[in-house]
Amino acid sequence: MTNPGKKFAILALFMLSIAIIAGLLASISYLSPEFLKEKIGFSVLRPVHVSAVYFWISLSATAGVYSALWNNNMSSFTSKMSYFHFVLIAISALGILISYFFKNFGGREYWEYNPYWAIPVLISWVLFLINYLHSALKIKNWPVYYWMWFTGILFFIFIFIENYLWLIPSIRESFIKDLTIQWKVNGSIVGAYNQLIYATAFYLMDKITDNKAHQVGHKKIVFAMYFLGLANLMFNWSHHIYTLPSDMYVKYIGYLVSMTEWVLFLRTIFLWKKTIDEFKINAHYFPYRFLIASEFWVFINLFQALLMSIPAINAYTHGTHVTVAHAMGTTIGINTMILLAALYMFFDGKNDQDSHSHRRYLKNNFWFLQISLLFFFLSLDISGVLKGLWQMDKHALPFSDMMANLHPWFILMFISGCGLFISLGIYCYYLLSVLLKRITNYSI
Amino acid sequence: MQVKPIYIFVLLSVLFLTYSSVLYLSDEKEIIIQRATKKDFSAEGKLIFQKYNCQACHQIYSLGGYLGPDLTNVYSKYNNEDVIKAFMKGGFKQMPSFKLTSYEESALIQFFKKMDKTGTADIRNFEFQADGMIKPKQEKR
Repeated sequence: MTNPGKKFAILALFMLSIAIIAGLLASISYLSPEFLKEKIGFSVLRPVHVSAVYFWISLSATAGVYSALWNNNMSSFTSKMSYFHFVLIAISALGILISYFFKNFGGREYWEYNPYWAIPVLISWVLFLINYLHSALKIKNWPVYYWMWFTGILFFIFIFIENYLWLIPSIRESFIKDLTIQWKVNGSIVGAYNQLIYATAFYLMDKITDNKAHQVGHKKIVFAMYFLGLANLMFNWSHHIYTLPSDMYVKYIGYLVSMTEWVLFLRTIFLWKKTIDEFKINAHYFPYRFLIASEFWVFINLFQALLMSIPAINAYTHGTHVTVAHAMGTTIGINTMILLAALYMFFDGKNDQDSHSHRRYLKNNFWFLQISLLFFFLSLDISGVLKGLWQMDKHALPFSDMMANLHPWFILMFISGCGLFISLGIYCYYLLSVLLKRITNYSI
Repeated sequence: MQVKPIYIFVLLSVLFLTYSSVLYLSDEKEIIIQRATKKDFSAEGKLIFQKYNCQACHQIYSLGGYLGPDLTNVYSKYNNEDVIKAFMKGGFKQMPSFKLTSYEESALIQFFKKMDKTGTADIRNFEFQADGMIKPKQEKR
């Protein structure tokens, strides 16, 4: 029996490759408005990029879950059924991306594909839940990461169904209610993904260290953080809709629950050194560095997210590239770093001679990735802050003038985006070549 | 006393489901406008907005893409349906010409007209409260 996570990891890395190509092409539209305008254009490239990123995150997180189960005596039922899960999600992912090129849209932001594609996606996640429970229920007294994986899968299914309430005419025709539900979904789905990804990070931390005293799986404080994260998944989403004319109590709930994340932020600061020391024990070169990088980006992004959750500050940042900076910072800086750590840990054997011969350029590439991301993040943040200030001005500039004035920052965004394209592309190529060459040799 | 994780999980889930149900079933004020003009085809306009993936570049209440302007109040901004139709027909900068049918154009206009009535997306029309919350200065309707 082979690790079922491998096929998900391979597909995930293909999705990451598509995401970075589409992202780079889409960013050219900011500098050259006529670029591929009539043939493909931004309206195709953006959903291709976003959907490919979604699939990269969900598939690599799935690979992590299956790999962890596989390391803990996965049932043969789970292993066999994972093929059906894989076939369904692979058909959906490829079908959705191809349909964009035929300009067959019909969905809403982040899920722009025609709603019929939602059916195989939903069935694949239900299969994932069944597969997961079939193996996980054999384990008594779940560590926190088992709870988090369960939460991530279950809530993804619920939120995904909720995302299609707009197909009911009475919901769709009620514009503000529909927008409220749309952003409830978009806010909560991130929480569901985070549960899957952070669980993998906790799992890796436990596997990296041999010292039982350092293991986090059953610590009360980690369970407390899990429930705080779950509460935020459920209730903090309304910080996206402060300007929407929906009921004020909805906005206050989101505002208050978002502020509880200060606890997570302060914990990140106070436990920074301890976390790093724990990672250092029995350090595996790349998993250790990617996890450290994710801690740094958690610090930056959580601080920014907390500020953006205060309505008076959100008024300046809402609808500007500050939001994009936050999305990119969390997706690349936190999620992708943890997922790359997981893929290295599960699939790149530390004694693999082939991989050692490439380590020097991969080490340099790590810093190239971090620096590119930092400049990318700054270019978006600065253009967002400037736009926020301009649109609040009594004599606000016309939109086209704002975009023209932001041109220098868009150039920096494009250059640093090229850096991200190259550095992430190198890791994609390396990990794909490892996965495609090595069939049965898995580490941990 | 140690509380089992399953109890906290169930408690939070029940709260979440209750909150979600309230949101789905709430009778929001904009339904009144909907009922008043039930015979228009703004709902079809919304589907056309999705069909052409307008949200990739444009925003409604500052939610959406960042390449084009927010369209929440585009109807009252130009106060001229022909100008809006000209943008849809001819395209502008990154925006391609979408070759919409006259039905699709009219439905989109109705969608913008209805959306415009729901409120304002111009952040200068909001006031800041002492607790940090923001609120529209006045109801637009």
